[in-house]
Amino acid sequence: MVIVGHVDHGKSTIVGRLLADTNALPEGKLEAVRRECLRTDKPFEYAFLLDALSDEQDQGITIDTARVFFKTNARDYIIIDAPGHIEFLKNMISGAARAEAAVLVIDAKEGVRENSRRHGYILSMLGIRQVVVCVNKMDLVNFDEAVFRRIEQEYRAFLTEIGAVSPERFIPISGMQGDNLASRSDKTPWYDGPTLLEMLDTFQKAPPKVDRPLRMPVQAVYKFTNQGDDRRIIAGRIESGRVKVGDKVVFTPSNKITYVKSIEGFNTESRDEVEAGWSTGFTLAEELYITRGQVMSHVERAPLVSTRLRANIIWLGRKSFEPGRDYKLKLHTAAVPVRIHRINKVIDASEAGSQLDKRRVDRHDVADLVLETQSPVAFDTVGDNEASGRFVIVDGYEIAGGGIIVSAEEEERDELRFEARMRDFHWVKGGVTASQRAERHGHPAALVMFVGGAKTGKHGYARALENALFESGRNAYMLDGTNVLLGIDADLHFVDATQRELVRRFAEVAHLLLDAGMLVVSTTNAIGLADYADVQALLGDATSIVVDVDPEGKSTAPCDLRIRGNEPEAQVIAQIVDLLGKRQITQG
Amino acid sequence: MDHLDQLEQQSVYILREAYKHFERLCMLWSIGKDSTVLLWLARKAFFGHVPFPLVHIDTSFKLPEMIAYRDRLALEYKLQMVVGQNKDVLASKRTFPDTQDLPEGHPDKVSRVDCCGQLKSGALRGTLHGTLPRMRMNLKTGQYDPDPDSQPYTGVIVGARADEEGSRSKERYFSPRDKNNAWDVGDQPPEFWNQFKTDFSPGTHVRIHPLLDWTELNIWEYIQRENIPTVSLYYDQGSGKRYRSLGCGPCQAPIDSTSKNVDDVIVELKSGKLKNVAERSGRLQDGKHGLEELRRGGYM
Repeated sequence: MVIVGHVDHGKSTIVGRLLADTNALPEGKLEAVRRECLRTDKPFEYAFLLDALSDEQDQGITIDTARVFFKTNARDYIIIDAPGHIEFLKNMISGAARAEAAVLVIDAKEGVRENSRRHGYILSMLGIRQVVVCVNKMDLVNFDEAVFRRIEQEYRAFLTEIGAVSPERFIPISGMQGDNLASRSDKTPWYDGPTLLEMLDTFQKAPPKVDRPLRMPVQAVYKFTNQGDDRRIIAGRIESGRVKVGDKVVFTPSNKITYVKSIEGFNTESRDEVEAGWSTGFTLAEELYITRGQVMSHVERAPLVSTRLRANIIWLGRKSFEPGRDYKLKLHTAAVPVRIHRINKVIDASEAGSQLDKRRVDRHDVADLVLETQSPVAFDTVGDNEASGRFVIVDGYEIAGGGIIVSAEEEERDELRFEARMRDFHWVKGGVTASQRAERHGHPAALVMFVGGAKTGKHGYARALENALFESGRNAYMLDGTNVLLGIDADLHFVDATQRELVRRFAEVAHLLLDAGMLVVSTTNAIGLADYADVQALLGDATSIVVDVDPEGKSTAPCDLRIRGNEPEAQVIAQIVDLLGKRQITQG
Repeated sequence: MDHLDQLEQQSVYILREAYKHFERLCMLWSIGKDSTVLLWLARKAFFGHVPFPLVHIDTSFKLPEMIAYRDRLALEYKLQMVVGQNKDVLASKRTFPDTQDLPEGHPDKVSRVDCCGQLKSGALRGTLHGTLPRMRMNLKTGQYDPDPDSQPYTGVIVGARADEEGSRSKERYFSPRDKNNAWDVGDQPPEFWNQFKTDFSPGTHVRIHPLLDWTELNIWEYIQRENIPTVSLYYDQGSGKRYRSLGCGPCQAPIDSTSKNVDDVIVELKSGKLKNVAERSGRLQDGKHGLEELRRGGYM
């Protein structure tokens, strides 16, 4: 449970008083603080029980969140006392993000202030549904009911306006004097609701999400061979749903499908089924190449996949969040480069959701925007699944913002990705697996694609590369675009040939060769660097390297290697072999 | 899933995140109950293995049972056991135990806090950064040899719990420290949900705290449930005294208690006389903000 609100509205005092009134303090702690106050000639404050740091006591403010443990007859609590200073907003968020319920404090005398609103907004965005509002310091307004009602009315109106869940209850309290905290106050005869303590005990613990579709983001793949352990374990926490030994599962976005062979553990009974909440591990029927960031699910209810996400974010970075700059998106266990695709609106969360006219997101702003990731990610909307619908943005070394995914934004390649997905889901497998092929050939499959205009020398490099790979014992094949045009594409003279269709057919031919375990070296005039993302969408997670031959040296579009076309073949081949090595395709 | 399960699963998740993000990762093992639970959780997370070194800072004033227990478990669990020590300070006897009999105000007298600063924080800094020599257990001989590895560790797993005292209640799961181990408590990184700070500039390192949400009682209940071996000093051996937390002999007083095993300890904590007594009340170096100052300077 987190306690939030504007600075000086009395959060630490309430928590301190609650601890004192429920006998949750260690013996002698209260007396020690009283003695210390006497010694330093400060009036005693319950907040001193919480604000443990020397700066906090000197300045009389909470700087960082504190975890406080206490228990009632109903249950154990971890209370997170969050700071109210705007400067420490990120500390408040760190506290609130962990909470299942929140107490929002408003000073009866000061009324609704900037951070009362901002914190309400953030709680709503963090997905905290159980909120109680305490109107504190009622003693300073003579326990006047009219003051209390006015604040309740104003704050409810604000929450409605921003579309947040209205709190279950407003309680008039005095943290300093203990009114309506642990025991009912006789100074508020007009209030017939529960005390804060009674209210807390009505909050529900979030039920485990066992009945939702299975989501297990892959945290890591372990193999402790040097410890004499040959298991290859896919490790991660099941965020929702359940999975049994023998279940058919798919890993998204790679679309790889296999069966669960076993559920692994240490110092625990062996089990055939495991459900949401467990950090566990699996062995699989097939040794697929699975990486961190992929999400394991059942085939029928797989997560969404896209490179464009519509999101709400709150920004905490010292530097603004701006279009045109590179950031990192961390979403469940995935981490991918990301940019702003479009800002829909920037909101001032300290006002009633008023819109700001700007093209960047500044510190403490809230924004509705569309993000574009460099490669596809698996996700859900936050409404469907919180764990796979929440993310942070990393700027440099810092976590600079956090957000929720509202929807998938349509993107040109969605259709191709959907086609690839359906193809992979229903792919009829032969008896030989990809890892068996990789073992036989001495390398996994990969595509090296030369692009660039006509007469740039692509073909020569491609032939030389195919030769070099073949001579060193690899299973290489050159796929020339002309051959695809003459054969597979021959009918396109008679129908409406679109560039999209040329790309689609070329990529599907490459996909077949990759499925056969080959190192495919392609060279084509018809398909350029601009089409590469489409090709990759159809190849799924197969490794591919794109080499742009650009004699003018003018292109700035991203590629893996850019050459002018006058470099010696041996040098280019060495560079490509090096790239293949880095992607763990070739060794030595 | 009960509360202990939830704590366990979250700690396992954090340990795996740490292992994923830090190539130079180690775990501090003080031989006490918390870090021993942490060691057990690591075996849970990695299916029976502990894939990173365990670092113990030996002040030389630890109780002998602790050292024997450490070495027994290291051999049994096949741990990469690394031990560090501030040998210079020990050799020149600039410690609290060596100077405690000097009169008040004597220039050579070393306070308890300064002693911790040298033998624990200082030794730890040097051991983590590789500027002090490390000893590593040879699993074949059971002896400690000089550790050829002197590269700094960039990720350090620590068994701190938020309920221990005020400054620990303010920690993050992933907490960056600068080159000098300093902790900027007012400017800690945000932690949204389960996204932790795992990117950091060269020279900094990160402390990882998988046990923040555990209480002392949770630790004992977990030791009971999992049947984790613990040092005998935690139990009354017939003298009517036992240690509630373990530190150095000279600064650590046993408490009056007749708890003879884990079950007794749990009863004592839950409903007995320890119910409302702070755990570190037996530690003599804490005082007002003493621990906060030590922690800003790198103390665990």
